[in-house]
Order: sequence, then C-alpha cells, then structure tokens
Amino acid sequence: MFLINCPYCGERDQSEFSCGGEAHMVRPKQPTELSDDQWAEYLFMRKNIKGVQFERWNHAHGCRKWFNMVRDTSNDKIHAVYKMGEKPPVE
Amino acid sequence: MTKFRVNKTKHVDQTKTVSFNFDGKSYHGFDGDTLASALLSNGVHLVGRSFKYHRPRGIMSCGSEEPNAICQINENTDLTEPNVRATEIELYEGLKASSQNCWPSVNFDIGGINNFISQFIPAGFYYKTFMWPKSFWKKIYEPLIRWSAGLGKSPTKPDPELYDHKHVHCDVLIIGGGISGIIASKIAAKNNLRTILIEDKNILGGSTIFQKNENYKINNKYSSEWLDDEIAELQKLDNLTIKTRTSLAAYHSYNYLLAKENISDHLPLDKKNGGIRQRLWKIRADKVLVATGAIERPLVFNNNDRPGIMLANSVKKYLDFYGVSCGFNNVIFTNNDSAYETAVSLKEKGISVEIIDIRKKSNSKIVKNAEKLGVKIYWNSTIVNTFGHRKIKSIEIMNLSEDGSNVVGDKNRINCDCLAVSGGWTPMVHMHTQSGGKLDFRENDQTFIPTEIDENHINVGSCNGDFELEEIINNTNKKVKNFLKVSETEFDNTSVLNSKELDKRNIWLLPNYISEGKCKSFIDFQNDSTAKDIKLALREGFKSIEHVKRYTTTGMATDQGKLSNMHALGIIADTAGVKMGTLGTTTFRPPFTPLTFGSIVGRSVGKFFDIIRKTSIHEWHSQNNAKFENVGQWKRPWYYPINDEGLHDAVQRESKAARDSAGILDASTLGKIDIQGTDASEFLNRVYTNAWSKLGIGKCRYGLMLNEDGMVYDDGVTTRLGENHYLMTTTTGGAANVLSKLEDYLQTEWPELDVYLTSVTDHYSTASVCGPNSKKILTKIFPDKDFSDEAFPHMSYQNAKIDEINCRIMRISFTGELSYEINVESKYGKSLWEKCIEVGKEFKITPYGTETMHLLRAEKGFIIVGQDTDGTMTPIDLQMDWIVSKKKYDFIGKRSLYRSDTIREDRKQLVGLLTDDPNEVLEEGAQIVSDVNKKPIEMIGHVTSSYFSPNLNKSIALAVVKSGKKMNGQKLIVPMENKNINVTVSDSVFLDKENKRIYA
Repeated sequence: MFLINCPYCGERDQSEFSCGGEAHMVRPKQPTELSDDQWAEYLFMRKNIKGVQFERWNHAHGCRKWFNMVRDTSNDKIHAVYKMGEKPPVE
Repeated sequence: MTKFRVNKTKHVDQTKTVSFNFDGKSYHGFDGDTLASALLSNGVHLVGRSFKYHRPRGIMSCGSEEPNAICQINENTDLTEPNVRATEIELYEGLKASSQNCWPSVNFDIGGINNFISQFIPAGFYYKTFMWPKSFWKKIYEPLIRWSAGLGKSPTKPDPELYDHKHVHCDVLIIGGGISGIIASKIAAKNNLRTILIEDKNILGGSTIFQKNENYKINNKYSSEWLDDEIAELQKLDNLTIKTRTSLAAYHSYNYLLAKENISDHLPLDKKNGGIRQRLWKIRADKVLVATGAIERPLVFNNNDRPGIMLANSVKKYLDFYGVSCGFNNVIFTNNDSAYETAVSLKEKGISVEIIDIRKKSNSKIVKNAEKLGVKIYWNSTIVNTFGHRKIKSIEIMNLSEDGSNVVGDKNRINCDCLAVSGGWTPMVHMHTQSGGKLDFRENDQTFIPTEIDENHINVGSCNGDFELEEIINNTNKKVKNFLKVSETEFDNTSVLNSKELDKRNIWLLPNYISEGKCKSFIDFQNDSTAKDIKLALREGFKSIEHVKRYTTTGMATDQGKLSNMHALGIIADTAGVKMGTLGTTTFRPPFTPLTFGSIVGRSVGKFFDIIRKTSIHEWHSQNNAKFENVGQWKRPWYYPINDEGLHDAVQRESKAARDSAGILDASTLGKIDIQGTDASEFLNRVYTNAWSKLGIGKCRYGLMLNEDGMVYDDGVTTRLGENHYLMTTTTGGAANVLSKLEDYLQTEWPELDVYLTSVTDHYSTASVCGPNSKKILTKIFPDKDFSDEAFPHMSYQNAKIDEINCRIMRISFTGELSYEINVESKYGKSLWEKCIEVGKEFKITPYGTETMHLLRAEKGFIIVGQDTDGTMTPIDLQMDWIVSKKKYDFIGKRSLYRSDTIREDRKQLVGLLTDDPNEVLEEGAQIVSDVNKKPIEMIGHVTSSYFSPNLNKSIALAVVKSGKKMNGQKLIVPMENKNINVTVSDSVFLDKENKRIYA
C-alpha cells in the first residue's frame, strides 16, 4: 500500500487514489485526419514497463485532482509526483 | 502436580489450576500454560494424524511454526475454530480441543492404512490417478477426496463475535519483543520517538527470558535476569506502546503493516463478555525494525516424525519456561552447539540425556560444560531409524563416513522417550521479503540473510543472522544507533559472556543404509511430503523451486513451510548439483500466520457491509409497501404491491395506470452534475455526440456520451439553466464514473477550458409525474403556472415555487407520456412527493417503481445504458444515428465511429422482437439463432430487455442481433431448454411511433 504525495494535499494512503494508466499520452488534436493505425496507436497501445514508468493518478477520494507520478514498477518506488502540464523531471 | 511437571517457573502459576478437555478427556494444567505445554505436562504427545498418510503426530515446537499440533477448538459451538496451533493457544478454564484428520479417533485412525500403501501414493498421486474414467470424477473421486482431505471443520453459523480495525501511525514500529526488539524499543523510545513494540506471545523476552545459565551472562547477570530488568524499565517509558498477543500478518510497501491483536481468545468462554475478540491494526510507520528472531530447523532422517520427536530449543522452553519435561530419557540429535543448552538444562535438573552429534568434535565452552556434567555424546553419528508407534521408544544410530555422504560401522540402538532435534537456525525473513527485501545466502551456516533495502527498514537480531548473544546485543545496538541517528546508548559498553560457537556440519538429507525408496524422511510434516517426493519431482523434470513446491505441496500447508522450505531447497540443490544460493527461495506471502476472516472484515458485516444510499422519499416508499432493488448503492423502489400482489401483477397495474391516467416515480437517484463556466457549452459539445451550442436557455436536450473507442458510455438529459450554467443528469449507476471521466478530460486534455463540475446528486430530490393527467396535477400544484404547450413546451424547464420552496420543473419524458420532473432541495423531497400524491388522488395517481419504468420505456424503444448496451455498442449499432452530429469536428469517440471494426455491417445491432405467440415472454439474456438445424448452431444475438406490455397487450422485447438493421420482418428463433420460441424482428419502437402522447 503506497504512501502517495499528492501535489495538492500531501501524503495520503493509496486507498484514496486511483491509477489512470500511462502518462503523457496526448489526445490527437485532429483525430479525423488520422489513419486507423495512427488512431489505434493512441487509443489502444500502452507501454507496460518493468522499471521506471510515468503514470497518471487521480486523488479520487480527496481533492479529485489528476497528477503524474514516476514509479518504478519493479519495486514500487515513487521517484516523483508532479502536476498535470508540468514537465516530467529529467532522470 | 503431574510427574512431567518437574520445575517451578515464574511464568506458570502452579497455584492456579486450570481444567480443560482434549479429545473428550479432562486434564489439568496451570495458569500460564499453552494447550501444548499443558498436554505435555500430562504426558500427552500424540495430538493428531498427518494429512496424507495419517501417521500419528505429536507436538513438535512451541510457537507459530508448529506443523503437527493443530486442533479444532470448542467444537459444536458457534465459536468453533479449526487449525488452531496448540502451541499458541493460552490455556483457559473450560477450553475444549480435539484432534483433526483422524477418524474414528486419534489413537485408532482408519486413514492410517495410507501409511502402509504410501509406496503407491507418491507426489502428484492425485494428478496421476484420479484421471479416468471421467465419469468417476463427480460421483466418486471428488466426494472421496473431499471427505478425506481438509483440515478441521468450519463453523456452520455466522460468527457471533465482534472484530475491529484500528489505524495507527508511529515513528518507529518494532516487530518482535525478544532481546533485540527490547534493546531497539528502548533506544527508540528514549530518543523521543513514538514507538510501538508488538509481540505475538503474551509476554516479552523471546528465548532469552528463560536463559538462566552460567554460560550466558550480560553485565555479570544471568541473561534472563538482565532482560527482566530491561523489560521492567521499558514498561515505564511514556512514548512506547507495547502490544503483546499481537502478531504481524503482513508487511506491505511504504511501511504499511497489518497486525492482529488477540483480545479475548485467551479468556474463558464466560469471561469474553461479548466484547471485541480480535483487532486488526493497520499501521503506517515511518521506520520499521524487524526483530522476529529465528526458527530452529529439524533434521531430515528416516521416520523423523514420530510423537516425542521435537525441536531441541522447544524442549528447553517447555522445561525452563513451563516447567515441563517432555521425557525422562532424552536424546538430543544435533549438528550445532545450540542444542547443548537443552542438554545442560536437562542434566542440571537431574534428567537423563544423551547427545548424537553429526559433527566430528566441538571445543566450545557449552560442549565442555555438557561433557563435564556427564552427558554422553556420540560424535560423528546419525540416526538411521526410529521406533515406537504412538510415541518414540528407541532410535538406531550409525557412524557417518568421512565426507558425511554415507553411514559406516555397526548399528547401535538407544532407548528414549523424547528425541530433541536441532538442525541449526533459520532467520525469520518472511517480513523482510514481504516488504520487497532481497536475501543473500550465507555459506558457513547455510542461511538466507536479509540485505537492506532502504533507509526506513532494518532487520536486527537473529532474523538478521546474528545468533550469538554478544553479536545480538552489539550488532543490534550499532545498527539501531545508525538507523535512528542516535550517537550513544546505554548499551554501548555492555559486557557479554557467550559460550556457544557458530559451528555446524550441515547435511540436508542424512544418509542411511536403508534404500531411499523405503525411507520416510519427512520435510513438510503438515503436508506429509518427504525427501523422496522432492527427488521424484526432480526426476520427473520439475526444475523450478516454485514448481517442485506445488507438485509436492511442500511448504503449502497452513504453516507455510516454516520448518520445511530450507530442507526442500537444500535437497533440490544437492540432487541437482547446484549451489544453494543460486536457486532462490519460494515467495513468502502474507499472512505470516493464518488470519481469521473476522479480523479481515472487521465491522464491515451485515448492514455495514456496504454503504446504503436512500432518497429523501425513502420513508414514504417503505410505508407504502414498496419492494426495493439495489441500483449501485441506492435502494430504489422496484414495485409497490397492493395486498398480496406479485411483481408481475403490480407492474401490469402500474404501467397501465401511468399510460391511462397518471404515475409518479422517484427519480432522485439519477446522477446530477452542475456544470458552470464560460466554456460550458463547448465542453458539452466535446463530450456528447450531438451539438449543444445552439441550445437555448431554459431548454433540455438528451445526450449520448461515448468512450474514446466509440462505445456508448452513458446518457441523460442536460438542461441549460443559464448562459454559462448547465445541469447534467446521468444514469443512476454511472454518476460517479461520468464525473470522474469528465474531470479527467477537463484537467488533463482540455485544461484551457473554463469549466467547473460539481456533483449535486444528493442535493436535489426528483418526483417524475407522467401520464395524460400529469398536466392537470401540475396545474393544481402550481396554480399560477401556465402549462400549455406554447408556454411550457416539451424539452424545456421553468422555475416555480410551492409556498416558499424553489422548484425546477423539467418537461421531459422517459416513458413516452406527457411528463414533468419536479426537482427540489432534498430536504423538501418527501413533502413534494406527498403533495403530488395528495393532489393526484382524484386522478388515481399511481406510484411506480423501476420495473414499470423499464417496461414503459421499452414500449417506446428507449435504451437503458448497461442493459441494452454492454460496452460494445456504438450509437450506430443502437440505430441512434440521429444523435451523432455530422457537423462537429470532434467529440469523444468520434474518430472511433469509422474504424474498420465499427463500420462493419454485421455488427450486433439493436432491434425489436415480437414473439409469434403474443403471450410468450422471452427471457432476458436468451440467445437468438436463425437456424437450429445447422450444427454448431450459430448464436447471432441475445435478448436485452423483455416484458409483457399491458398497454399493447402482447409480449415485446429488445435484442441485439448481427446485421439486425436489415432484418426487419425476418423470422428468428430463441431456443430454450425445452422448446424453440419463434420470433419476428420488428422496429424497436412499439408504441406511439408518432410521439403524440408527450403532447397529450
């Protein structure tokens, strides 16, 4: 059970949060211009890394804010949390 | 006093007699005994039968590692519990315990036949044998296996006891109240850290607390006396919470731990007082110190499982802690120094003991001490056999060859009534590995030692591989100082006398002159797996330790292999000729010891199992005989039977009334989201499939929301309350998810939009009045309001007042009737409802529930998201092309509507179905086929909604059917168990195709 440092509320129990999958998947600005393959790339394809991964998290039972997290999936170490729109911290 | 109670100790109060019952026989023990020590004091070793071969088994240990002495307690009461370790239950007056795994009794067990046919039940026996004939499985094999397998009996009634959960935070959590845990707690608490110390036994002190011996001294005191003084000081410290009878169950990441506190398990039944039985502690600790100690290893030799064969340190504990001698003619079988402590203790009390030592010689002080006391030691020897059916009677020993791989010389028979075994010590690394920690293999004593993982978690004492007293004290002190950043402690200059040496001769499987196939050298006592089974698994091609474990079931019993895992690994390594450290270990999973279901669920039982949401009108529904159905967490009126009406009759009556005169529905549970901001219209444009920019203030519009993959996600009516203000309604079940999804887009994809979302589901109550007389009812409630079609058109909203109470009235319809939804603040919901009922009386206004609502909308072909859709339906599949804007550049899911898969013409599409027999009502979920003769029969769709419509006087159904759009008028078949029902595909709107009724 992680202890997550919500960028808005501070450290809270993982049970207050939900994970929203891979971060920095930008919704295409002009979906209609995309081929099926290109759209499928956005719609379906997600990395599932063993190691350092960028993830979206939502403080669902708290401030309801979405934010990003850098987590090592092999040992669950959380390296950083940062607000939406902020640049990911460089490794 | 019984003859086995040879010693007076301060831990057992021999003035307080406690009577108990085991297998129907009464015995006496004393206050402070465990069930195991009390049984041993009565000379009872045989307490159970083994799982597979039904061999007699006795108490082996004195703690949570116990594989054999597991009992059923308080059988035939509501409080009965199976698989309780006799070594862990504290004795109380009136305790009733019985053996498991035996029939008819532990002394004569029919299953014991398995022991003699054991040649034919090797590892994987079940997998290999109960395969054929197939027909035998259900009637013969499975019931037989079920009857003979299983441990104990579960209670048949709900647990009458109370359980609790408690959340705690602390600076330092120390797991284990042995000597190292006590040193660590003292340092932590004295340095102003909020500290919690948990210990699974009822007193602190671990194994040092009964270590009163010239060979072990701390600051010139006996180690036990030194520790007593430390504990006395510890109990005075303010910021230290000591929790005894509390065992750690799980150690999760980020120092989140679960511990189970036993509150009343040790009390007599009449003293439990209906209080809380167990409490689950949920602890978040800044720093965690693991001091869980070590478990003594058995040795693996032929017939090493007889009652009376015990672990050496346990024999010492029974003697020095409980005052019970496990035998009067003891033999110790060891490969290391620690068992000599037991020998010295026994000899000092004048009890006979001899030692069989695998080693060739040892010169440590404790060995010399034993020799001086006259203990006979057989060096370089091993046991090749043991005798005695219900209790050990004698052993047979032989010398070991130079390299230890074989036995040499003559057999020598020694009589004994207790055999104390020691194969060295295994650090309890369970907690460390559960938390994600890794292990290193230490060659010299063949142990896995924790490697540190982060700055917030360390292991100290013997669970860290420090087995000798001076190591434990000095290393613990040093490590704790470093860990808690403390510069000096009172333990800095502790002088320690230790007489043992860490010197052992490790042989995983002891050699024998008897062929391997005929030896029963047990590794896992509880699951009855032997060295032979492990070797067989290797021969059959299993290589991974995890596979061997599962195939042989080694380490998979309720003790989770606390005694067996190391030997299994050792024998695999030896047999495969690989280094032990390279094999890895099996995974240690929580819980460390079994948890009761009660402690896991805590108070979340019965009506506290889940949250119940009720509308403000709920009380009225209850009083008016409503039957409720669960919709998400909501209780919604399902139907309102009059007298002894059933569901069908009630729904027929309610549906007819709603169409003929007036009906009223509690629609308060629909999700409501308040949307405000200058970009609110643009936002709706992006989340709904249809266009919103041109919706006038005061108008309502139905919207369909898709997922990005093009599938229908939710629907509902949204009302424009002002220029930049909308009220969105969602389905009852989808409310939370819709809000969360909208927030997601708003925060992450379109942060530039000025839009604010607020859930107002609970803020408003809604009464939906429908039917041809609804307008008359509304006019009576709001006499000043003009309800004409011109003044108050369909799909529009107006504010109004009842007395001083603000109402929002929406003229929208989910039934196809003329219909008004009146919204008020929730606190006025019930008065509004009662007003409608009162005023509606002259029009026979009829309250209707969800079932009638479903029927009425089905007559009109309106979908219910989640019933007629299942996450694979696009709006095109639903024949709702009209709601998908062609003009809008983008909305959620738009691009997916013309993916190669979504434009296929043979997708399942929503249609109406009419049964050829108008009285035949289809079953929802029933399969639809076009041809029953061609095998295999192709399933082309299924029924999603089906009712008997009283307004049309026939059965109607909605269904999804492959290429359904083109099938209008086509005959299909719904095959049921005993007949085929003929149906015809129809339009999905069954009633009032021209939409005239909403203007009634």
